Amino acid sequence: MTIIHEMDRSNPNAIEARNMSVYYGSFRAVKNVNLAIEKNRITALIGPSGCGKSTVLRSFNRMNDLVASARVEGEILFHGENIYAPGVDPVNVRRRIGMVFQKPNPFPKSIYENVAYGPRINGWKLSKSQMDELVERSLRGAALWDEVKDKLNQNGLSLSGGQQQRLCIARALAVEPEVILMDEPCSALDPISTLKIEELMFELRQNYTIIIVTHNMQQASRASDYTAFFLMDSDRAGQLIEYGPTSQIFQNPKDERTEQYISGRFG
Amino acid sequence: MSAQEQLGVKAQTVETSVDRGSGNLKWRHFKGKILTVLGWFSIIFGLGMLLVLILDVVNKATGIFSGGTNWLTWEFFNNFDSRFPARAGAKAAIYGTLYTITLTIFFAFPLGVAAAIYLEEYAKDNWFTRLVEINISNLAAVPSIIYGLLGLQVFVRWFAFGRSILAGALTLALLVVPIIIVASRESIRAVPSSLRQASYALGATRWQTVWHVVLPQSIGGILTGSILAVSRAIGETAPLITIGALTFVPFLPRNLFDVFTVLPIQIFNWTSRPNDDFRALAAAGILVLLAILLTINALAIYLRNRYQKRY
Ligand SMILES: Nc1ncnc2c1ncn2[C@@H]1O[C@H](COP(=O)(O)OP(=O)(O)O)[C@@H](O)[C@H]1O
Ligand SMILES: [Mg+2]
Repeated sequence: MTIIHEMDRSNPNAIEARNMSVYYGSFRAVKNVNLAIEKNRITALIGPSGCGKSTVLRSFNRMNDLVASARVEGEILFHGENIYAPGVDPVNVRRRIGMVFQKPNPFPKSIYENVAYGPRINGWKLSKSQMDELVERSLRGAALWDEVKDKLNQNGLSLSGGQQQRLCIARALAVEPEVILMDEPCSALDPISTLKIEELMFELRQNYTIIIVTHNMQQASRASDYTAFFLMDSDRAGQLIEYGPTSQIFQNPKDERTEQYISGRFG
Repeated sequence: MSAQEQLGVKAQTVETSVDRGSGNLKWRHFKGKILTVLGWFSIIFGLGMLLVLILDVVNKATGIFSGGTNWLTWEFFNNFDSRFPARAGAKAAIYGTLYTITLTIFFAFPLGVAAAIYLEEYAKDNWFTRLVEINISNLAAVPSIIYGLLGLQVFVRWFAFGRSILAGALTLALLVVPIIIVASRESIRAVPSSLRQASYALGATRWQTVWHVVLPQSIGGILTGSILAVSRAIGETAPLITIGALTFVPFLPRNLFDVFTVLPIQIFNWTSRPNDDFRALAAAGILVLLAILLTINALAIYLRNRYQKRY
């Protein structure tokens, strides 16, 4: 059912979903998804509201475990291991697969403490200078250092929306994840902040694998390497319709529904 | 845009639609005025009564307006109860109240907060949790004398704590725990779930999330609620009389198992004695009790402002 374009890949898979279905209670929100994400690339998940993009994303780092009614079937491989296998600790999965949310959600703590939070709770034994260094590196990584280096003790909430979102990215980088999941990270931001985050994603791509959910077609087309298009079927279960290199999906979609969606005819 | 411009725009849009007018405008404004007047009257009436009451008590206790005897003296704080008004004081009751309340907080606060954390952050939503939740809300509304009966049977008799300060504090703890749970849950629930998600997504465990994110955000509300719950316990008389707190205690409690009395009981006892001077002593006792309560409530307000949520 899913149309998968030919992909000329140089890197191994970072994450691979195999025949994944996600249920909320008895409602199947996502159906039989097979999706292999290439390492050190940006993969965009697109599709109309409610088709299960966030659900897929949250399944990748077991954030769905926090929803009591949620259940995942199938496999999600990370380093060849199923993260839903018995004995896998979701806490460990989440440290290695970080997440940035739709609305910036810094802790009501200082900028410094926001970034240091992850290393602290993960029990990293760092000296003060090592921690300072890690905080600086993370903030630099999120292209925020120059703007905040003189006010690290200020509350994270005193920053602008775009800065807050980059603080959240820095916070995610601090625990040194391999994959970063972003759920519509720019939907609450102005166009300039949005561009900044997109530039940042291209920087991050050298060291991280990025999966981004976006509503914004332009964003998907200009800021991603691969695009996966989701749509719900008649049971309102989300399905992967078409997956391939972003240029292919946008210029040469093979499924009629993909073509309709990217040309803005529904959704 | 200026106000006039806005009005101009409005006027234009009104022109295009049928104007049904603003019917009965005078009558509607009049109704509003009546309500305002009634509201003011109620407030003035309530506050006025309170003021009269307090002034009357102050006058009875200190004779400040009528030129009578001042009963609120150093001896009042430093003497035990006596058959002679001139020698009677509230020392045992004041200490009894302070000890009992401290112990009550010691038992009730950790228990109530822990229960609230469990119910909000850990418990699965099933019939058992729902049953517990409903019962806690009901418990918060049970008349306090029922807790007295429970305390009498459980702490005084089964646990054989006797009519002790320990039994009293445990009974009061039972009384305030449901209130603390309800207030703490409210405060915990107000913490945005986006913060919890942020914490989990960084690899925090449930307990780390509770400890580093949820509690710091909700502690202001938890403390305020708990303090108000405890201040309710300070005024309680019925449950302590039920478990047999004494009215005449001419010494300070030496340990947890000693008999005791508290201010409300002392006041109640004095008002029922025939000599009028005892009523003046009761008034003095009321002032002390009010002072303690106001101090505690002021503390609650201070804490609330200090930990004001930034969300
Ligand atoms: N916590 C939840 N409980 C129950 N149903 C949910 C929950 N989250 C999402 N859903 C349902 O799952 C479907 C997919 O939602 P979502 O993944 O948020 O879609 P998208 O991100 O593509 O808009 C929707 O029908 C939504 O109502
Ligand atoms: Mg979504």
